[in-house]
Amino acid sequence: MSNTKKGVRLSNISKIYIDPKTNKPFKAVDSINVDIAPGDFVTLLGPSGCGKTTTLRMIAGFESPDEGEIYLGEQAINELTPNKRDTAMVFQSYALFPHMNIFDNVAYGLKLRKVPKDEIRKKVFDMLKLVGLEGMENRYTNQLSGGQQQRVALARALIVEPGVLLFDEPLSNLDAKLRVYMRTEIRRIQQQFGITAIYVTHDQSEAMSISDNIIIMNKGVIAQMGTPQQIYYNPASEFVADFIGEANFLKVKVDSVEADKIGVSFNGVRFAARRPEIKLEAGEEHTMMLRPEGVRLAETGVLPCRVILSCFMGSYQNYHVMVGDTLVKITDNHPVGRRVFNVGEEAFLDFSPIDTHLM
Amino acid sequence: MTNVKSKQLDRKKLFADPVTVFAIILVLAFLLLFVVYPLCTILAQSFTTDDTAYVNNLSKNGKALVTYAADDAEMQQNPVYRLGSAAVAYSKEYFARGKTNTDTMKTLRAEMDGALAEIDADESLLAAYAAAVKSETPVAEEDVANLCSAIAHDYPEIGKVGLTLEVYFSIFASKKFLQVVRNTLMLGAISGLCSTVIGFLFAYVDVYVKTKLRGIFKVISMLPIVSPPFVLSLSMIMLFGKKGIITYHLLNIKNANIYGLHGILFVQILTFFPVTYLMLKGLLANIDPSLEESSRNMGASRWRVFKDITLPLLLPGIGNAFLVSFIESVADFTNPIMIGGDFDTLAAYIYMQISNFDTRSSSAMAVVLLTISMILFIIEKYFLERKSVATLTGKASRVRMQIEDRSVRIPTTALCAFVGLFVIGMYAMVPVGALFKLWGKDFSLTFKHFVNVLGRDTKPFTDSLYLSFVASIITSLLSMIIAYLIVKKKFFGRRFIEFATMFAMAVPGTVLGIAILRGFITGVFHSGVLVLVGTSTILIVAFVVRSLPIGTRSAVAALNQIDKSIEESAYDMGAGSIKVFTSITLPLISDSFFSSLVTTFARSITATSAVIFLISARWQLITPQIMHVVDRGQYSVACAYATIMMLIVYVAIFAMQLVVSRMSRSRRIKEQKV
Repeated sequence: MSNTKKGVRLSNISKIYIDPKTNKPFKAVDSINVDIAPGDFVTLLGPSGCGKTTTLRMIAGFESPDEGEIYLGEQAINELTPNKRDTAMVFQSYALFPHMNIFDNVAYGLKLRKVPKDEIRKKVFDMLKLVGLEGMENRYTNQLSGGQQQRVALARALIVEPGVLLFDEPLSNLDAKLRVYMRTEIRRIQQQFGITAIYVTHDQSEAMSISDNIIIMNKGVIAQMGTPQQIYYNPASEFVADFIGEANFLKVKVDSVEADKIGVSFNGVRFAARRPEIKLEAGEEHTMMLRPEGVRLAETGVLPCRVILSCFMGSYQNYHVMVGDTLVKITDNHPVGRRVFNVGEEAFLDFSPIDTHLM
Repeated sequence: MTNVKSKQLDRKKLFADPVTVFAIILVLAFLLLFVVYPLCTILAQSFTTDDTAYVNNLSKNGKALVTYAADDAEMQQNPVYRLGSAAVAYSKEYFARGKTNTDTMKTLRAEMDGALAEIDADESLLAAYAAAVKSETPVAEEDVANLCSAIAHDYPEIGKVGLTLEVYFSIFASKKFLQVVRNTLMLGAISGLCSTVIGFLFAYVDVYVKTKLRGIFKVISMLPIVSPPFVLSLSMIMLFGKKGIITYHLLNIKNANIYGLHGILFVQILTFFPVTYLMLKGLLANIDPSLEESSRNMGASRWRVFKDITLPLLLPGIGNAFLVSFIESVADFTNPIMIGGDFDTLAAYIYMQISNFDTRSSSAMAVVLLTISMILFIIEKYFLERKSVATLTGKASRVRMQIEDRSVRIPTTALCAFVGLFVIGMYAMVPVGALFKLWGKDFSLTFKHFVNVLGRDTKPFTDSLYLSFVASIITSLLSMIIAYLIVKKKFFGRRFIEFATMFAMAVPGTVLGIAILRGFITGVFHSGVLVLVGTSTILIVAFVVRSLPIGTRSAVAALNQIDKSIEESAYDMGAGSIKVFTSITLPLISDSFFSSLVTTFARSITATSAVIFLISARWQLITPQIMHVVDRGQYSVACAYATIMMLIVYVAIFAMQLVVSRMSRSRRIKEQKV
């Protein structure tokens, strides 16, 4: 195996499983096409059962695809067994070898590659230093905390300098604070090595904070692919908008389409919205997304509404309001010095065209 | 939409890994050769037509023709003589080689064809031959002609194979055989029932009742493992037999008769109940106490709780235990042999009659025995075991409040103590019995039996030890490999391997012994390749096949506890199958490996039924030796043998525990250092 980072390409990949209850086949992964550039950190994000882990395991070689071809660099790898693939995986359960100490765990891959002993020693110690586990090489895995075990798993995968590093929900067994800390660590180390990484998670904030690109999957297909910003601000569907962050949806009618903005109406109220990338024609019905933090509650504004929940959350004031028959959630950040609306009061939703997104 | 392509890819990946493929082939070959093939051999023998009668006639008629001109060199040129001698040679070859069509047989057939053609062409040869006979009674030309045509008629019939139920009709027509089958089933049912009841009592008291008898319980669950299966029969004879200590010397009963159904039942129940006790104990311990507590909380009496909650939850488990002891009783060979008297069971009957019957009848009887065991096994495995697992799920959430009520505690504990001490006493009889000079007559103490047994001929000991040791290593390795393959790999034949391994558990030792004997007496398919009868290999094979299911089951359980991703991780790092197995899997299931090592050793050294057909002058074992001395009434000698054997097994278990605890301790120390 070489130490050059490699791209990964999934060409029209499908995986069919047989449902054990009904005995019928279904597509766990349905004709997905992905091109990951070398050195990229890509996250597969989606609800459980969306096919993200299956996709990762097909790249590692534990599962075989039913359609399509997987390329690692320029090489088609469908027929290679996992041990012949230039991948290293960090497992959800860490999968540390319980009968070996930390040193032997980390050195395992190097020993398989018949690296000379001195070099193994040096590399393992360097690696343990990098992941912050100096002086722990003689411990056994059951003597480590969850975060430390995670580091060992990472060190064990990194040390073989794989073409691509695979992560299968590696942080889901850690507590919330450690999770936040470890994800920045993983990002730091990935950047330092410049290694290609594919990361599976169902935690959207993890995905946003760590990735160059996010692939959102749903029911075996790719719902959207893009940078965190693209996905957050320009979600392709209600599913994506709802899955990444919180979103309010209003059914609006398009009245006019101009070069940089569009005119829309909701419940007969006309207002301007941002022109999206999709094609629009006047007279069409579309769903408009408003992020809760992109809307303010004010005495004057765009859409009239009535407050049905008002709740102080510390860093923000949380409102639920009814705009006609539609519920809209609002988070009013740092509300100090601003007017707080109470339940039952009439108010207005205030937002500018740039806060809107039509799908 | 199918998942054909991914399966193809999986297969390609599998074949890219020669070690796994080799392991699969090795396991498949072993199971096919030593489990499937021998059993098929006896099946085939019992269902095919018989040509022995034709061969017998051929031999008889050929001999008659040959004697007419035994010492006439000229007449020996006559085709009639050549026909006769070819017929004789043919039948000899047939009996020596089995039914195979060897080259010699082919030439002999050609020889007979040729001679007959010559006779047909020139019938005067018959007259010339008859005339040449120089015996007191002249031979008619007609006689010679009749003999020739009989031969001409018989030999083409030989080797024709056809399916028939003839053998089964004939064995089931025998009143004696029907009686034996009835005996076997009745014994199994009663013995299974009683073992289950007593086993349940012990399990219940162990788990539910506050008792100080734990020591006895532990010893009882241990004894059947370390002892050979006939120990209880032996002490039964010594205690309650005609000259038994209790019956003859204590109670002064002159005519005590323990031989027969009641004797076997008594011994079998005491031998098998520890097994049901252990099975049921596991299930009882897994019942969540809060189920019973909530019933009690709603006002149920202890008896109602037992009747409404505990018993129904345990019912599949009880059925399972019943069937397991039923199967054991049906397969039991040594006890009916030793203490059965006139009461014959199938396993013992086949053994005792094996020399009286032709191959096909004894094969058919073995098939009948196998069928009974199989039916019981299938009910147990596929109907009851699954249900009883349902009560197994969910570990007990809290410690159970044990019953302290005196009205429950005293009678149950007393009963258990009585049975327990009695069983322990029976086992203790064996080493004690070995110390008496002449059992039944001279009760002065002596060590001479030990000295004799060890001094005279140690071959059975060394052979038994050596073969059991080799078998235990092979079994342990093989069962780890099989477990690894069936748990961790997907491949064609996986279910067959799983089934064949477990299936071997249901094969009674007697059947296995006969099957292996028949399968390898003239080599595989009578080919002369792998003529294993008389070799050490065949004994080792029998040991391995007998213990493989147990080893595999324990390894499968151990493997299922290992997180799948641990091995995947090693695989992903670049380790091949053999590396994953040796560096990750095997170290993680080493406990199971060692326990299988000892279990196989203990089972092999105490095995009797399977190997009794397979021993030879070159390889002797202790158990048949013991059967032999018991047969001659030398009970003290038998006790000496059995005591030494139990000591050996006990030492082996002790050594294993030492090794395992040393290993885990060294790891603990390593851990503590940091």
